Amino acid sequence: MSSKLIIQIAYSLLMARWKQTLVAAIGVTFSITMFITLLSFMTGLNKLLDGLILNRTAHVRLYNEVRPDSIQPVEIAPEFKSNYHMIRSVKSGNSRQEIYNSEAIMDRIVQDERVLGIAPKITSQVFFNEGSLDITGVVYGIDVEAETRLFFFTDYMVKGTASDLKNVANSIVLGKGLADKLLADVGEMVQVTTAQGEQFRLKVVGHFQSGLQELDKTQSFASITTVQKLLGKSANYVTDIQIKLTDVSLAPKLAREFGTIFSIDAEDIQTANSQFETGTTIRTIISYAVGITLLVVAGFGIYNILNMMIYEKMDSIAILKATGFSGTDVNRIFILIALGIGFFGGITGLLMGYLLSSLIDQIPFNTAALPTVTTYPINYNPIYYLIGGAFSLFTTWFAGYFPARKASKIDPVVIIRGK
Amino acid sequence: MSTTILEAKHIYKQFYDPVKIDVLKDINFQVQSGEFVSVIGKSGCGKSTLLYILSTMDTDYQGELYIDGKKMTGLKEKELAAVRNEKIGFVFQFHYLLNEFSVMENIILPARKLARKPIEEVKERSLFLLKTLDITKLADKNPRQLSGGEKQRVAIARAMINEPRILMGDEPTGNLDKKNSEIVFHTFQQLAQEFQQSLLIVTHDPEFAERTNRIIEMEDGRIIRQ
Ligand SMILES: Nc1ncnc2c1ncn2[C@@H]1O[C@H](COP(=O)(O)OP(=O)(O)OP(=O)(O)O)[C@@H](O)[C@H]1O
Ligand SMILES: [Mg+2]
Repeated sequence: MSSKLIIQIAYSLLMARWKQTLVAAIGVTFSITMFITLLSFMTGLNKLLDGLILNRTAHVRLYNEVRPDSIQPVEIAPEFKSNYHMIRSVKSGNSRQEIYNSEAIMDRIVQDERVLGIAPKITSQVFFNEGSLDITGVVYGIDVEAETRLFFFTDYMVKGTASDLKNVANSIVLGKGLADKLLADVGEMVQVTTAQGEQFRLKVVGHFQSGLQELDKTQSFASITTVQKLLGKSANYVTDIQIKLTDVSLAPKLAREFGTIFSIDAEDIQTANSQFETGTTIRTIISYAVGITLLVVAGFGIYNILNMMIYEKMDSIAILKATGFSGTDVNRIFILIALGIGFFGGITGLLMGYLLSSLIDQIPFNTAALPTVTTYPINYNPIYYLIGGAFSLFTTWFAGYFPARKASKIDPVVIIRGK
Repeated sequence: MSTTILEAKHIYKQFYDPVKIDVLKDINFQVQSGEFVSVIGKSGCGKSTLLYILSTMDTDYQGELYIDGKKMTGLKEKELAAVRNEKIGFVFQFHYLLNEFSVMENIILPARKLARKPIEEVKERSLFLLKTLDITKLADKNPRQLSGGEKQRVAIARAMINEPRILMGDEPTGNLDKKNSEIVFHTFQQLAQEFQQSLLIVTHDPEFAERTNRIIEMEDGRIIRQ
């Protein structure tokens, strides 16, 4: 039996009640529009907020924690093996922040195909001297290229050029807050005192704004070699290895793995920033909940329309059955009507959702904390369009299911006798 | 040579409303091809009930029903729908045309469901039927614009579109005035004579019945004369 006929009958019934059909379709359109807009906007916002920290954070960080040795010498001395050891005032003695054999470790990690890239880093506490004032701060020794490629370093530069860190000897990029305190513009010199008491003069080549003001008041960046010079260390002195992975969800597993292989401390991003995950999840859940609620309401609208249509079209259904249409055919006709409403309402909704979110994308949104952002963030992820489309079809199919079944069960004898 | 188109064997039916009423009791009869049969009887004697069973729409009965030599009793809903589509034409007291479709579309609907012939051929047949029924000029009209008699003739054309083995009618002239009844009766007679169409028509009109080949008279759920 030709589906063309079924489609034509469904279409005619739909058109006979086109006003109500339109209202039902607008319900679907509205909910899909809201669904798309809400999710695009919310997840855009999520990405932005997450990016604030997570973009700048290594998926796995390798470092050496300064802590007392877990095994004290007396415990390995054979002559005291059977004795009970009591040790007081254990100190974090000889342990160093330096990662031993850092080059070999980096060579090995880069070869791992789950690793997107690595960036070595040195953390060094310093004082910035401004007249008689000493301001505590941190200088991070970074590999500018790796840092830019993996952690978008240049995106957060508000003044100057990042590559100068590498090209200009003894140069430094200051956090925006720190630069304001030191009144140090690009091209000027700042004086730095290291923890060891050494004094250096460094040239400011740029300002950096991470978006987190507290950090920007203390942090600054220099090339790895500059910081090694500050600390009087050799060329392979590194305190952190930052690793970015191809799949961030592997971080906890790889952190454990690298920690054991290299007998080193390894921290994964999920552990370090668990609060962000929670916020993201909740915002996403809210968006889905609102979208789905709207769709369910639209579903009720469709359910009503179909019930009314079936009530009005009892005679037509009876005669279709009397002239040889089976219950299945009748069922298909009404499911098709429901799906038709869902399809056209849904398509329009997707389109309107796209338009509305691009409109929001145009609204200016300037904030000092986010130098790279100029308009409200929108996430144009096709998956939301897919979910929205599928969901509109599913809801309308479900809304049509029971009315269609009712229609297919109509007994023509009862209708005809009733006349 | 005449063949049996329809055969009812010991058909019984009861309603429980709320006490048991025997509406049909031991109905036995046959309709041969080309026969024009009328069914008469007092109001409430079970004529409509019988016709719904014979048209396969009502499956809740005892006994056996054969159409075109094939047993209908016990077939599935879908199979019965196919039989109705192909072999039975039905005309009701009320026309039951679909207002969403034109006259022509209404007529060809069962043929499109059957999907056995190309649409052009089906349209040709519907034009032929419209001509036979003298309503050619109505083809593209909407059923709403038609008079009662015209609607009933369109309903007859629809019933005839798939060249059914038997055409059944439940008081098809019941709603019509004398003149229109005459036209419809004439149409039936024409179908019987020109196309050897088998007809089984329930009627209240004794004059109508008198002019058919054979009268089946019912009383109180039984056939008392055939
Ligand atoms: N659904 C039902 N439930 C209970 N009783 C019913 C039902 N349908 C019909 N009846 C009864 O069955 C009997 C036969 O009804 P039927 O409609 O077949 O009569 P009929 O011969 O066609 O009468 P008429 O000439 O008035 O159309 C009637 O007494 C009627 O009241
Ligand atoms: Mg009756």
